[in-house]
Amino acid sequence: MNDSPTTSTSSPSPPSTSSVGRVLRVSGPLVEVDGIDRTAMLDVVEIGPSRLAAEVVSVTSAGRIVAQAYEYTGGMRVGDGASALGHPLSARLGPWLLGGVFDGMLRPLRGGPTWLAPGVLRAEGGGEARWRFSPKAASGDVVSAGDVLAAVPTAGDVEYRLLVPPRVSGAVEWIAAEGDVGEDERVATVGGHDVTLAESWPVRVPRPVTTRLDPSEPLATGQRVVDLLFPVAKGSTVAVPGGFGTGKTVLLQQIVKWCNADVIVFVGCGERGNELADALTDLGELVDPRSGRSLLERTVVIANTSNMPVMAREASIYTGMTVAELFRDMGYDTVLLADSTSRWAEALREFSSRSGELPAEEGYPAGLASAIAAFYERAGTVRTLGGTHGSVTVIGAVSPPGGDMTEPVTSHTERFVRCLWSLDRDLAYARHYPAITWRRSFSRDAGAVGDWHGAAGRTKWAADRARAVALLAEADRLAPIVELVGLAGLPARERMVLLGARLLREGVLQQSALSKNDASCSPEKQSALLDLALALYERCLELVGRGVPASVVEEIDLAGATRMRDEVPPDDASSVTRRRDEMLEILAAVG
Amino acid sequence: MTGPGEFTIPVEYQGAHSVEGPLLVVDKVADVGWDEMATVRLASGEVRQALVLEVHEDLAIVEVLQGTSGLDPREVTVGFTGKPFEIPVGEGWMGRAWSGLGEPLDGGPPMLGAEMRPVAGSPLNPTLRDVPRDPIVTGISVIDALTTFVRGQKLPIFSSAGLPHLELVTQIAAQATAPGEPFRVIVAAMGLTHVDAAAIRRALEKRSATGELALFLDTADDPVVQRILTPRVALTVAEHLAFDRGEHVLVLLADMTSYCEAVREVSAARGEIPGRRAYPGYLYSDLASIYERCGRIRDRPGSVTLLPVLTMPAGDITHPVPDLTGYITEGQIVLSAELAGQGIYPPVDVLGSLSRLMRKGTGEGLTRADHPAIAAQLVAALAQAGQVRDIAELVGVAALTDTDRRYLDFADAFRTVLVSQGVDESRSIEESLERAWKVVSVLPQRELTMVPTEYIERYYVSSEPAGTEQGASRNAAPASGEGNG
Repeated sequence: MNDSPTTSTSSPSPPSTSSVGRVLRVSGPLVEVDGIDRTAMLDVVEIGPSRLAAEVVSVTSAGRIVAQAYEYTGGMRVGDGASALGHPLSARLGPWLLGGVFDGMLRPLRGGPTWLAPGVLRAEGGGEARWRFSPKAASGDVVSAGDVLAAVPTAGDVEYRLLVPPRVSGAVEWIAAEGDVGEDERVATVGGHDVTLAESWPVRVPRPVTTRLDPSEPLATGQRVVDLLFPVAKGSTVAVPGGFGTGKTVLLQQIVKWCNADVIVFVGCGERGNELADALTDLGELVDPRSGRSLLERTVVIANTSNMPVMAREASIYTGMTVAELFRDMGYDTVLLADSTSRWAEALREFSSRSGELPAEEGYPAGLASAIAAFYERAGTVRTLGGTHGSVTVIGAVSPPGGDMTEPVTSHTERFVRCLWSLDRDLAYARHYPAITWRRSFSRDAGAVGDWHGAAGRTKWAADRARAVALLAEADRLAPIVELVGLAGLPARERMVLLGARLLREGVLQQSALSKNDASCSPEKQSALLDLALALYERCLELVGRGVPASVVEEIDLAGATRMRDEVPPDDASSVTRRRDEMLEILAAVG
Repeated sequence: MTGPGEFTIPVEYQGAHSVEGPLLVVDKVADVGWDEMATVRLASGEVRQALVLEVHEDLAIVEVLQGTSGLDPREVTVGFTGKPFEIPVGEGWMGRAWSGLGEPLDGGPPMLGAEMRPVAGSPLNPTLRDVPRDPIVTGISVIDALTTFVRGQKLPIFSSAGLPHLELVTQIAAQATAPGEPFRVIVAAMGLTHVDAAAIRRALEKRSATGELALFLDTADDPVVQRILTPRVALTVAEHLAFDRGEHVLVLLADMTSYCEAVREVSAARGEIPGRRAYPGYLYSDLASIYERCGRIRDRPGSVTLLPVLTMPAGDITHPVPDLTGYITEGQIVLSAELAGQGIYPPVDVLGSLSRLMRKGTGEGLTRADHPAIAAQLVAALAQAGQVRDIAELVGVAALTDTDRRYLDFADAFRTVLVSQGVDESRSIEESLERAWKVVSVLPQRELTMVPTEYIERYYVSSEPAGTEQGASRNAAPASGEGNG
């Protein structure tokens, strides 16, 4: 090994070429190569002078392959060289991930050039950095895959744990002493296998676990409509369909900012560059309430904006999942947010139509449903190879064209996820944010989450949720009747249902992402607000039951209740409860 | 020094193998790169441009941009340039009118420049993007007050056939400024009729003469393949001015529906599998490769702001062109046939319109401190007025409360005082906000729940003659309001 520090322009680890071929045909990203004798489906080949990565999509006959390039192939010629790397598309994993921003192939974007011409990004981007290495195993220890070899502190409060790689086990023959190490330096030898900080993993292959567990502990998102009505358990799956202008991106960003996971992987998959710039600025400025540090330090951002290469966009979903699984294996609760899975599906469509596959619905490949299912199946709460608990929760945005919920991506995704948060244009139009509609959303985790709350002593949680859902459904049933006969034509009890539903919508479900007090909400304040709305509704029902005219009850100013979400800090439940008692007294005076 | 379409030609091939639709197959070639430009010289001496679609062993399949009519494959000379379609960049583009490919339309010399850039551009590293901020002042009240353009934003106008979107675009092109900063306007017209193109040229002559504006005109009878390059030519010029010279550049692209139809036509000619409404499956990525070229770069002064205009076929906002556009852009300005029918210009449907980045371009130090609050109040009150109108149609105006009737007056004042404007009338931000206050002042103060009291005390226009609706309307009318500014 040459340890001269001057060779910075050449790549630190040139690909170990198994064979060299020659380009025969170029048609957009599809490149036919001749003369590569050993390669397999989905292996990576590097083509042309700028070594563009491409994925083998067919192996036709002796040494002739067709590969799909991940970047723009302009200028590529017949006769250009090609070399097979001998492995499928792999992500380079390591402690630099946290706080970083990467493209769809996990190549660092920070410190990269202003304009991303093909071939300018390299996975080994941050190769110069040195990391503090604290061994957690000693020479002679017998370890197996998933055990912790060492800890590497990162900028934030998430400790990076160097694990024995999957499929490796045996005695620790050598391990480096405490000190600073480089990314590609050998830091340990386990069972004859050299371990470095940088680990390579094929992104399309799920990382192995010991066993899957049933998700039950809720992921607290700080968003009331989610946590109270459509909760998601850690390790579960959510789809968020919504047309443009329904606040999808703001909702996902709220979850990035406020959810109680240890590590967040945000995949900006074919979305807006300006939005991403905005989110990165926000994340850098926001402080994690738990660690007191920048939120960016527990976040890995994969940014493949809509104008970046389409095939890298297809890969970005899997790359992000691999990163999430890596931190899960360290024993962390991770959340993968993908905005938007529709753009990923479009990349699949683009690829399949170019390779001449028979199109199914709306030009999407027939394998779309199974691709979506396989992606969401990589979520889960698990016992890791190392024996600890970890989870990957997947939240995928869906962008139905024209708001059409019957289109293939939306309709397939709905079948495979455990929770659906449907964003509704009418609610967004009425400035009811987050615009998650209770009519078309569901949570199949609600039962398990209710039991979890019950076991933690919050016995009212499940019952309050049921009452809230019933009240909203009843109000929806009455709405068309009101349009026919007018409010005055309804019986007093029904008028109170409408009043109660309004209290619930305005005082509990609506939440302002821009307000300091309201952007996030602790579980205690959430329950108190729900309790406030339901208690007032019950008291109003009692009043009309005792003969007080509905119009009199409707005239009572209840703004004091609906303003509470914004008036007191995110964790101040006791003020809400005090306000409830005050408001109940006001109502008692009416009776 | 080279101009667009003038290349040093390294290799030429006499005669081609065959021609099919817009595609020409050239055989026995070597060293031809995918997506590079070629020139096709006909027997008549006419030179057309072509793009390499596929190279396969010794064959190159090229797409002739100006079409293949009159082309005999045995008699052509094909030269490969070894480069993608490039144009020179520089100041020389400004103040003149060009074809969609950058050839002079005004009888002047071709554009020459030392530096050539491929029109396809490269994606901007997202970590170096800066967040759009600061307003562009269009001089049009309803836009400046309620859907402010922010420098670096992409904000489309959704229109329908027959609405005055071209007038609006022309007016914006003629009037828009970034107060206190160097500002340029580039108009790229795609698939316009000759009448419309001529009207735009005439209307923009004055600004063009100052060197602040450049026009790229692709007319409806130009070959469709050329139309695909027009917005990219305009954006390549804009990126240079913005990011190398630090200027604020507004790029207007009209009509993107014609552009998308050209993409569909070319895709069909290439035999690609059609997606929704027969547009190719990559339409989203293709549009993004245009729209995402707007923005700002960290630690550099300039910006590219994009204003695409599209006509919604049959007024359908769920059609793929407006739908995919809406998914990429940061808001939209919707024009309404109903307002146009009432003779209101510009007929902006305020409730359907939104500038998502408005927060970054308005307020203290940018426009005026009260701007975000008054804008929110106007939109909320307009929504309320719409509900009141629905009720009034059922029960009659007479049955309304006094407050509700004030809302109806408010809606009228909103249209006449704030929205309605002459096609060559430019209003300052101050004036637009004055008008906004005049309009909300039709409502009683207690209804202005979204505006902090200090602004109400400062700007609310009290109506002394106690409020009959007639009095309120008169008070808000522009004629009587002019004196007290």
